[in-house]
Amino acid sequence: MSLIDLANPTRFLALTARVLPWLAAVTTILLAIGLYQAAMAPDDYQQGATVKIMFIHVPNAWLSMFVWGVMSVAALGTLVWRHPLADVAAKAAAPLGAAFTFLALVTGSLWGRPMWGTYWEWDARLTSVLILFLMYLGIMALWRAVEDPSRAARAAAILTLVGAINIPIIKFSVDWWNTLHQGASVIRAGGPSMDRAFLIPLLIMAVAFSLLFLTLHLAAMRNEVLRRRVRTLQMMQASRQAA
Amino acid sequence: MTALAALVRRDIGVALRAGGGAMIGVLFFVSVVVVMPFAIGPDLALLKRIGPAILWLGAMLASLLTLDRLFTADQEDGSLDLIVMSRTPLELSCAAKALAHWLAAGVPLIVATPLIGILLNLDATATFAVALTLLVGTPALTFTGMIGAALAVTLRRGGLLLAVVVLPLSIPVLIFGVAASNAAVEGTMPFGTPFSILCALSLVSLVVGPFAAAASLRHGLD
Repeated sequence: MSLIDLANPTRFLALTARVLPWLAAVTTILLAIGLYQAAMAPDDYQQGATVKIMFIHVPNAWLSMFVWGVMSVAALGTLVWRHPLADVAAKAAAPLGAAFTFLALVTGSLWGRPMWGTYWEWDARLTSVLILFLMYLGIMALWRAVEDPSRAARAAAILTLVGAINIPIIKFSVDWWNTLHQGASVIRAGGPSMDRAFLIPLLIMAVAFSLLFLTLHLAAMRNEVLRRRVRTLQMMQASRQAA
Repeated sequence: MTALAALVRRDIGVALRAGGGAMIGVLFFVSVVVVMPFAIGPDLALLKRIGPAILWLGAMLASLLTLDRLFTADQEDGSLDLIVMSRTPLELSCAAKALAHWLAAGVPLIVATPLIGILLNLDATATFAVALTLLVGTPALTFTGMIGAALAVTLRRGGLLLAVVVLPLSIPVLIFGVAASNAAVEGTMPFGTPFSILCALSLVSLVVGPFAAAASLRHGLD
Protein backbone atom coordinates (compact mmCIF):
# COMPACT_ATOMS: atom_id res chain seq x y z
CA MET A 1 0.00 0.00 0.00
CA SER A 2 1.58 3.27 -1.06
CA LEU A 3 0.51 6.82 -1.74
CA ILE A 4 -0.05 5.94 -5.39
CA ASP A 5 -2.60 3.28 -4.45
CA LEU A 6 -4.40 5.84 -2.35
CA ALA A 7 -4.78 8.03 -5.43
CA ASN A 8 -7.79 5.91 -6.28
CA PRO A 9 -10.64 7.54 -4.32
CA THR A 10 -12.60 4.29 -4.14
CA ARG A 11 -9.69 2.53 -2.52
CA PHE A 12 -9.22 5.51 -0.20
CA LEU A 13 -12.86 5.31 0.87
CA ALA A 14 -12.62 1.58 1.49
CA LEU A 15 -9.43 1.90 3.52
CA THR A 16 -10.59 4.81 5.65
CA ALA A 17 -13.91 3.10 6.31
CA ARG A 18 -11.96 0.32 7.97
CA VAL A 19 -9.38 2.51 9.73
CA LEU A 20 -11.58 5.33 11.01
CA PRO A 21 -13.47 3.51 13.82
CA TRP A 22 -10.19 2.26 15.30
CA LEU A 23 -8.60 5.65 14.96
CA ALA A 24 -11.56 7.30 16.65
CA ALA A 25 -11.42 4.75 19.48
CA VAL A 26 -7.69 5.26 20.07
CA THR A 27 -8.15 9.03 19.98
CA THR A 28 -10.94 8.87 22.56
CA ILE A 29 -8.93 6.64 24.90
CA LEU A 30 -5.82 8.79 24.60
CA LEU A 31 -7.81 11.99 25.11
CA ALA A 32 -9.36 10.47 28.23
CA ILE A 33 -5.94 9.45 29.59
CA GLY A 34 -4.47 12.85 28.73
CA LEU A 35 -7.32 14.78 30.31
CA TYR A 36 -7.15 12.64 33.46
CA GLN A 37 -3.39 13.13 33.71
CA ALA A 38 -3.81 16.85 33.10
CA ALA A 39 -6.42 17.06 35.84
CA MET A 40 -4.14 15.13 38.21
CA ALA A 41 -1.08 17.24 37.41
CA PRO A 42 0.13 19.34 40.36
CA ASP A 43 -0.58 23.07 40.52
CA ASP A 44 2.22 25.32 39.38
CA TYR A 45 4.06 27.11 42.19
CA GLN A 46 3.47 30.47 40.50
CA GLN A 47 0.41 30.05 38.34
CA GLY A 48 -1.67 27.76 40.52
CA ALA A 49 -4.44 25.78 38.86
CA THR A 50 -4.61 28.05 35.81
CA VAL A 51 -1.58 26.25 34.40
CA LYS A 52 -3.98 23.47 33.37
CA ILE A 53 -5.22 25.55 30.44
CA MET A 54 -1.78 24.82 29.01
CA PHE A 55 -2.74 21.19 28.34
CA ILE A 56 -5.42 22.42 25.92
CA HIS A 57 -3.74 25.59 24.72
CA VAL A 58 -0.35 24.25 23.68
CA PRO A 59 -1.59 21.26 21.59
CA ASN A 60 -4.03 23.57 19.81
CA ALA A 61 -1.26 26.05 19.09
CA TRP A 62 1.06 23.31 17.80
CA LEU A 63 -1.67 21.91 15.59
CA SER A 64 -2.57 25.32 14.20
CA MET A 65 0.93 25.38 12.67
CA PHE A 66 1.07 21.66 11.89
CA VAL A 67 -2.16 21.79 9.86
CA TRP A 68 -0.71 24.54 7.67
CA GLY A 69 2.29 22.26 7.16
CA VAL A 70 -0.04 19.45 6.08
CA MET A 71 -1.77 21.87 3.71
CA SER A 72 1.59 22.95 2.28
CA VAL A 73 2.56 19.34 1.56
CA ALA A 74 -0.86 18.81 -0.01
CA ALA A 75 -0.33 21.98 -2.06
CA LEU A 76 2.91 20.52 -3.41
CA GLY A 77 0.98 17.35 -4.17
CA THR A 78 -1.57 19.38 -6.10
CA LEU A 79 0.90 21.50 -8.06
CA VAL A 80 3.76 19.07 -8.67
CA TRP A 81 2.29 15.56 -8.78
CA ARG A 82 -1.36 16.41 -9.50
CA HIS A 83 -2.31 13.85 -6.88
CA PRO A 84 -6.13 13.68 -7.00
CA LEU A 85 -6.50 13.36 -3.25
CA ALA A 86 -4.07 16.17 -2.44
CA ASP A 87 -6.57 18.95 -3.08
CA VAL A 88 -9.21 17.01 -1.15
CA ALA A 89 -6.78 16.85 1.76
CA ALA A 90 -5.98 20.56 1.52
CA LYS A 91 -9.63 21.57 1.36
CA ALA A 92 -10.61 19.34 4.29
CA ALA A 93 -7.71 20.60 6.43
CA ALA A 94 -8.41 24.33 6.17
CA PRO A 95 -11.51 24.53 8.42
CA LEU A 96 -9.85 22.19 10.95
CA GLY A 97 -6.77 24.38 11.03
CA ALA A 98 -8.92 27.46 11.46
CA ALA A 99 -10.71 25.79 14.37
CA PHE A 100 -7.45 24.80 16.10
CA THR A 101 -6.06 28.30 15.62
CA PHE A 102 -9.24 29.84 16.98
CA LEU A 103 -9.15 27.56 20.04
CA ALA A 104 -5.48 28.39 20.59
CA LEU A 105 -6.32 32.10 20.51
CA VAL A 106 -9.32 31.73 22.83
CA THR A 107 -7.63 29.48 25.40
CA GLY A 108 -4.55 31.70 25.26
CA SER A 109 -6.56 34.80 26.00
CA LEU A 110 -8.42 33.04 28.83
CA TRP A 111 -5.05 32.06 30.26
CA GLY A 112 -3.61 35.50 29.67
CA ARG A 113 -6.29 37.28 31.70
CA PRO A 114 -5.24 35.87 35.13
CA MET A 115 -1.53 35.60 34.26
CA TRP A 116 -0.76 38.76 32.31
CA GLY A 117 -3.78 40.78 33.40
CA THR A 118 -5.04 41.17 29.83
CA TYR A 119 -7.05 39.15 27.33
CA TRP A 120 -5.09 40.42 24.38
CA GLU A 121 -1.68 41.94 23.86
CA TRP A 122 -0.23 42.94 20.52
CA ASP A 123 2.94 40.95 20.91
CA ALA A 124 4.73 39.07 18.17
CA ARG A 125 3.47 35.55 18.92
CA LEU A 126 -0.16 36.54 19.41
CA THR A 127 -0.19 38.79 16.36
CA SER A 128 1.41 36.25 14.04
CA VAL A 129 -1.07 33.56 15.15
CA LEU A 130 -3.93 36.00 14.52
CA ILE A 131 -2.54 36.54 11.01
CA LEU A 132 -2.45 32.76 10.61
CA PHE A 133 -6.14 32.63 11.55
CA LEU A 134 -6.94 35.32 8.97
CA MET A 135 -5.02 33.36 6.34
CA TYR A 136 -7.00 30.21 7.12
CA LEU A 137 -10.19 32.21 6.60
CA GLY A 138 -8.78 33.67 3.37
CA ILE A 139 -8.00 30.19 2.05
CA MET A 140 -11.50 29.02 2.94
CA ALA A 141 -12.95 32.07 1.16
CA LEU A 142 -10.84 31.28 -1.90
CA TRP A 143 -12.10 27.67 -1.93
CA ARG A 144 -15.66 28.95 -1.87
CA ALA A 145 -15.11 31.62 -4.52
CA VAL A 146 -14.31 29.19 -7.34
CA GLU A 147 -16.91 26.78 -8.64
CA ASP A 148 -14.63 24.27 -10.35
CA PRO A 149 -12.86 22.29 -7.58
CA SER A 150 -9.65 21.61 -9.49
CA ARG A 151 -9.15 25.30 -10.36
CA ALA A 152 -9.90 26.27 -6.78
CA ALA A 153 -7.36 23.69 -5.65
CA ARG A 154 -4.54 25.21 -7.70
CA ALA A 155 -5.32 28.77 -6.62
CA ALA A 156 -5.50 27.72 -2.97
CA ALA A 157 -2.31 25.67 -3.30
CA ILE A 158 -0.30 28.69 -4.46
CA LEU A 159 -1.67 30.84 -1.66
CA THR A 160 -0.93 28.07 0.87
CA LEU A 161 2.70 27.87 -0.20
CA VAL A 162 3.09 31.66 -0.03
CA GLY A 163 1.47 31.68 3.41
CA ALA A 164 3.83 28.97 4.65
CA ILE A 165 6.39 31.77 5.13
CA ASN A 166 4.41 32.73 8.23
CA ILE A 167 4.96 29.40 10.00
CA PRO A 168 8.66 29.81 10.90
CA ILE A 169 7.90 33.41 11.86
CA ILE A 170 5.34 32.15 14.39
CA LYS A 171 7.67 29.42 15.67
CA PHE A 172 10.60 31.73 16.25
CA SER A 173 8.66 34.88 17.12
CA VAL A 174 9.27 34.31 20.84
CA ASP A 175 13.02 34.04 20.23
CA TRP A 176 13.34 36.98 17.84
CA TRP A 177 11.16 39.44 19.73
CA ASN A 178 11.38 39.65 23.46
CA THR A 179 7.73 40.30 24.29
CA LEU A 180 5.03 39.16 26.68
CA HIS A 181 4.60 35.60 25.46
CA GLN A 182 6.97 33.16 27.14
CA GLY A 183 9.81 31.57 25.23
CA ALA A 184 9.99 28.04 23.87
CA SER A 185 10.09 25.51 26.71
CA VAL A 186 9.45 22.14 25.04
CA ILE A 187 10.98 22.05 21.58
CA ARG A 188 14.26 23.86 22.07
CA ALA A 189 18.00 23.29 21.99
CA GLY A 190 19.10 21.56 25.18
CA GLY A 191 15.86 19.66 25.74
CA PRO A 192 12.63 20.67 27.46
CA SER A 193 12.95 23.01 30.41
CA MET A 194 9.62 21.84 31.82
CA ASP A 195 9.13 19.53 34.81
CA ARG A 196 8.20 15.93 33.98
CA ALA A 197 4.97 16.23 35.96
CA PHE A 198 3.79 18.75 33.36
CA LEU A 199 5.68 17.49 30.33
CA ILE A 200 4.25 13.96 30.20
CA PRO A 201 0.54 14.94 30.30
CA LEU A 202 1.32 17.68 27.77
CA LEU A 203 2.93 15.23 25.37
CA ILE A 204 0.04 12.77 25.76
CA MET A 205 -2.39 15.58 25.02
CA ALA A 206 -0.32 16.62 22.01
CA VAL A 207 -0.44 13.09 20.57
CA ALA A 208 -4.16 12.83 21.37
CA PHE A 209 -4.89 16.13 19.61
CA SER A 210 -2.81 15.07 16.60
CA LEU A 211 -4.82 11.86 16.39
CA LEU A 212 -8.00 13.90 16.76
CA PHE A 213 -6.90 15.97 13.80
CA LEU A 214 -6.07 12.84 11.80
CA THR A 215 -9.49 11.33 12.58
CA LEU A 216 -11.41 14.49 11.73
CA HIS A 217 -9.27 15.08 8.66
CA LEU A 218 -9.88 11.60 7.23
CA ALA A 219 -13.59 11.91 7.96
CA ALA A 220 -13.70 15.34 6.28
CA MET A 221 -11.80 13.97 3.29
CA ARG A 222 -14.33 11.15 2.97
CA ASN A 223 -17.12 13.71 3.02
CA GLU A 224 -15.36 15.79 0.39
CA VAL A 225 -14.83 12.79 -1.92
CA LEU A 226 -18.48 11.79 -1.55
CA ARG A 227 -19.59 15.40 -2.08
CA ARG A 228 -17.62 15.52 -5.33
CA ARG A 229 -19.22 12.28 -6.45
CA VAL A 230 -22.66 13.73 -5.82
CA ARG A 231 -21.66 16.81 -7.78
CA THR A 232 -20.42 14.73 -10.70
CA LEU A 233 -23.61 12.65 -10.69
CA GLN A 234 -25.72 15.79 -10.64
CA MET A 235 -23.75 17.25 -13.57
CA MET A 236 -24.11 14.01 -15.52
CA GLN A 237 -27.84 13.96 -14.89
CA ALA A 238 -28.17 17.60 -15.89
CA SER A 239 -26.32 17.03 -19.14
CA ARG A 240 -28.44 13.94 -19.84
CA GLN A 241 -31.59 15.95 -19.33
CA ALA A 242 -30.30 18.70 -21.57
CA ALA A 243 -29.47 16.24 -24.32
CA MET B 1 14.73 42.71 -22.85
CA THR B 2 13.10 45.02 -25.37
CA ALA B 3 9.84 43.11 -25.01
CA LEU B 4 9.91 43.68 -21.25
CA ALA B 5 10.80 47.35 -21.67
CA ALA B 6 7.93 47.73 -24.11
CA LEU B 7 5.62 46.02 -21.63
CA VAL B 8 6.69 48.38 -18.85
CA ARG B 9 6.25 51.43 -21.09
CA ARG B 10 2.84 50.26 -22.28
CA ASP B 11 1.60 49.49 -18.77
CA ILE B 12 2.68 52.85 -17.42
CA GLY B 13 0.97 54.55 -20.34
CA VAL B 14 -2.25 52.63 -19.81
CA ALA B 15 -2.21 53.22 -16.06
CA LEU B 16 -1.72 56.98 -16.35
CA ARG B 17 -4.34 57.58 -19.02
CA ALA B 18 -8.08 57.74 -18.60
CA GLY B 19 -9.55 54.69 -16.88
CA GLY B 20 -6.15 53.42 -15.80
CA GLY B 21 -6.80 54.18 -12.17
CA ALA B 22 -3.26 55.01 -11.02
CA MET B 23 -4.06 58.62 -10.15
CA ILE B 24 -7.29 57.59 -8.45
CA GLY B 25 -5.05 55.74 -5.99
CA VAL B 26 -3.33 58.99 -5.03
CA LEU B 27 -6.69 60.70 -4.69
CA PHE B 28 -7.84 57.86 -2.43
CA PHE B 29 -4.64 58.15 -0.38
CA VAL B 30 -5.21 61.87 0.15
CA SER B 31 -8.87 61.27 1.04
CA VAL B 32 -8.05 58.60 3.63
CA VAL B 33 -5.45 60.81 5.30
CA VAL B 34 -7.73 63.84 5.21
CA VAL B 35 -10.67 62.10 6.90
CA MET B 36 -8.45 60.80 9.73
CA PRO B 37 -8.32 64.14 11.63
CA PHE B 38 -12.11 64.31 11.42
CA ALA B 39 -12.32 60.95 13.17
CA ILE B 40 -9.50 61.47 15.65
CA GLY B 41 -9.97 65.17 16.32
CA PRO B 42 -7.80 68.11 15.24
CA ASP B 43 -5.25 67.64 18.01
CA LEU B 44 -2.00 68.56 16.27
CA ALA B 45 0.28 66.95 18.88
CA LEU B 46 -1.59 63.66 18.60
CA LEU B 47 -1.62 63.85 14.80
CA LYS B 48 2.11 64.45 14.79
CA ARG B 49 2.63 61.35 16.89
CA ILE B 50 0.46 59.01 14.84
CA GLY B 51 1.10 60.75 11.52
CA PRO B 52 3.52 58.12 10.14
CA ALA B 53 1.03 55.37 10.96
CA ILE B 54 -1.80 57.24 9.20
CA LEU B 55 0.35 57.82 6.13
CA TRP B 56 1.37 54.17 5.97
CA LEU B 57 -2.19 52.98 6.43
CA GLY B 58 -3.39 55.30 3.68
CA ALA B 59 -0.64 54.19 1.32
CA MET B 60 -1.39 50.52 2.00
CA LEU B 61 -5.12 50.90 1.39
CA ALA B 62 -4.48 52.92 -1.75
CA SER B 63 -2.10 50.35 -3.18
CA LEU B 64 -4.60 47.60 -2.32
CA LEU B 65 -7.29 49.51 -4.19
CA THR B 66 -5.23 49.96 -7.36
CA LEU B 67 -3.91 46.36 -7.38
CA ASP B 68 -7.20 45.24 -8.85
CA ARG B 69 -6.16 46.91 -12.12
CA LEU B 70 -2.87 45.04 -12.39
CA PHE B 71 -4.25 42.15 -14.46
CA THR B 72 -7.99 42.75 -14.95
CA ALA B 73 -7.62 45.35 -17.71
CA ASP B 74 -5.34 43.01 -19.65
CA GLN B 75 -7.71 40.13 -19.14
CA GLU B 76 -10.69 42.15 -20.34
CA ASP B 77 -9.09 43.08 -23.66
CA GLY B 78 -7.40 39.70 -24.12
CA SER B 79 -3.79 40.88 -23.98
CA LEU B 80 -3.19 38.81 -20.84
CA ASP B 81 -3.56 35.64 -22.94
CA LEU B 82 -0.95 36.99 -25.35
CA ILE B 83 1.42 37.76 -22.47
CA VAL B 84 0.97 34.24 -21.09
CA MET B 85 1.54 32.67 -24.50
CA SER B 86 4.52 34.82 -25.53
CA ARG B 87 8.07 33.49 -25.53
CA THR B 88 9.17 35.81 -22.72
CA PRO B 89 9.12 33.90 -19.41
CA LEU B 90 5.88 34.67 -17.63
CA GLU B 91 7.73 35.32 -14.36
CA LEU B 92 9.69 38.15 -16.00
CA SER B 93 6.54 39.55 -17.60
CA CYS B 94 4.82 39.54 -14.22
CA ALA B 95 7.81 41.29 -12.63
CA ALA B 96 7.78 43.88 -15.43
CA LYS B 97 4.06 44.46 -14.98
CA ALA B 98 4.48 44.87 -11.23
CA LEU B 99 7.37 47.27 -11.77
CA ALA B 100 5.27 49.33 -14.15
CA HIS B 101 2.39 49.28 -11.69
CA TRP B 102 4.66 50.44 -8.89
CA LEU B 103 6.08 53.25 -11.05
CA ALA B 104 2.62 54.40 -12.08
CA ALA B 105 0.69 53.88 -8.83
CA GLY B 106 3.26 53.56 -6.04
CA VAL B 107 5.67 56.39 -6.80
CA PRO B 108 2.91 59.05 -6.97
CA LEU B 109 1.96 58.05 -3.41
CA ILE B 110 5.52 58.72 -2.26
CA VAL B 111 5.61 62.03 -4.11
CA ALA B 112 2.34 63.06 -2.47
CA THR B 113 3.62 62.22 1.03
CA PRO B 114 5.49 65.49 1.78
CA LEU B 115 2.42 67.50 0.82
CA ILE B 116 0.11 65.53 3.09
CA GLY B 117 2.70 65.44 5.86
CA ILE B 118 2.11 69.15 6.38
CA LEU B 119 -1.58 68.47 7.07
CA LEU B 120 -0.56 66.03 9.80
CA ASN B 121 1.87 68.50 11.41
CA LEU B 122 4.91 66.38 10.54
CA ASP B 123 8.24 68.20 10.39
CA ALA B 124 10.71 67.86 7.53
CA THR B 125 12.76 64.98 8.95
CA ALA B 126 9.67 62.97 9.83
CA THR B 127 8.17 63.51 6.39
CA PHE B 128 11.43 62.55 4.75
CA ALA B 129 11.67 59.41 6.90
CA VAL B 130 8.13 58.32 6.04
CA ALA B 131 8.72 58.99 2.35
CA LEU B 132 11.94 56.97 2.50
CA THR B 133 10.27 54.00 4.21
CA LEU B 134 7.42 54.17 1.70
CA LEU B 135 9.95 54.20 -1.14
CA VAL B 136 11.53 51.02 0.23
CA GLY B 137 8.34 49.36 1.46
CA THR B 138 5.75 49.94 -1.27
CA PRO B 139 7.49 47.57 -3.73
CA ALA B 140 6.85 44.81 -1.18
CA LEU B 141 3.16 45.77 -1.12
CA THR B 142 2.98 45.70 -4.92
CA PHE B 143 4.87 42.45 -5.39
CA THR B 144 3.03 40.49 -2.69
CA GLY B 145 -0.23 42.07 -3.78
CA MET B 146 0.44 40.89 -7.31
CA ILE B 147 -0.05 37.29 -6.07
CA GLY B 148 -3.54 38.18 -4.90
CA ALA B 149 -4.23 40.10 -8.11
CA ALA B 150 -3.20 37.07 -10.18
CA LEU B 151 -5.42 34.79 -8.10
CA ALA B 152 -8.35 37.18 -8.30
CA VAL B 153 -8.15 37.77 -12.05
CA THR B 154 -8.98 34.13 -12.73
CA LEU B 155 -12.15 34.36 -10.64
CA ARG B 156 -15.33 36.21 -11.26
CA ARG B 157 -15.96 38.94 -8.69
CA GLY B 158 -12.46 38.53 -7.30
CA GLY B 159 -12.07 42.15 -6.20
CA LEU B 160 -13.13 41.77 -2.58
CA LEU B 161 -11.36 38.45 -2.27
CA LEU B 162 -8.15 40.22 -3.28
CA ALA B 163 -8.27 42.37 -0.16
CA VAL B 164 -9.00 39.39 2.10
CA VAL B 165 -6.13 37.38 0.65
CA VAL B 166 -3.53 40.14 0.39
CA LEU B 167 -4.04 41.98 3.69
CA PRO B 168 -2.55 39.29 5.98
CA LEU B 169 0.49 39.09 3.73
CA SER B 170 1.10 42.85 3.87
CA ILE B 171 0.85 43.18 7.66
CA PRO B 172 4.63 42.64 8.22
CA VAL B 173 5.41 45.41 5.73
CA LEU B 174 3.07 47.74 7.59
CA ILE B 175 4.58 46.83 10.98
CA PHE B 176 8.19 47.46 9.97
CA GLY B 177 7.36 50.49 7.83
CA VAL B 178 5.65 52.22 10.73
CA ALA B 179 8.36 51.05 13.16
CA ALA B 180 11.10 52.54 10.98
CA SER B 181 9.25 55.85 10.54
CA ASN B 182 8.55 56.10 14.27
CA ALA B 183 12.18 55.36 15.05
CA ALA B 184 13.21 58.22 12.79
CA VAL B 185 10.64 60.59 14.32
CA GLU B 186 11.22 59.84 18.00
CA GLY B 187 14.88 58.88 17.84
CA THR B 188 14.65 56.55 20.83
CA MET B 189 15.14 53.36 18.82
CA PRO B 190 17.70 52.62 16.09
CA PHE B 191 16.34 53.39 12.63
CA GLY B 192 18.52 50.89 10.81
CA THR B 193 17.05 47.66 12.22
CA PRO B 194 13.42 47.95 11.09
CA PHE B 195 14.56 49.73 7.93
CA SER B 196 16.81 46.87 6.84
CA ILE B 197 14.05 44.35 7.62
CA LEU B 198 11.78 46.45 5.40
CA CYS B 199 14.40 46.27 2.63
CA ALA B 200 14.61 42.50 3.15
CA LEU B 201 10.82 42.14 2.89
CA SER B 202 10.88 44.01 -0.41
CA LEU B 203 13.69 41.85 -1.77
CA VAL B 204 11.97 38.61 -0.70
CA SER B 205 8.69 39.69 -2.28
CA LEU B 206 10.63 40.61 -5.42
CA VAL B 207 11.64 36.95 -5.69
CA VAL B 208 8.50 35.20 -4.43
CA GLY B 209 5.87 37.46 -5.99
CA PRO B 210 6.55 36.98 -9.73
CA PHE B 211 6.87 33.21 -9.39
CA ALA B 212 3.66 32.80 -7.39
CA ALA B 213 1.77 35.21 -9.66
CA ALA B 214 3.01 33.47 -12.82
CA ALA B 215 2.06 30.09 -11.38
CA SER B 216 -1.44 31.20 -10.50
CA LEU B 217 -1.92 32.81 -13.93
CA ARG B 218 -0.78 29.63 -15.68
CA HIS B 219 -3.01 27.40 -13.57
CA GLY B 220 -5.95 29.73 -13.43
CA LEU B 221 -6.38 30.73 -17.06
CA ASP B 222 -6.27 27.21 -18.55
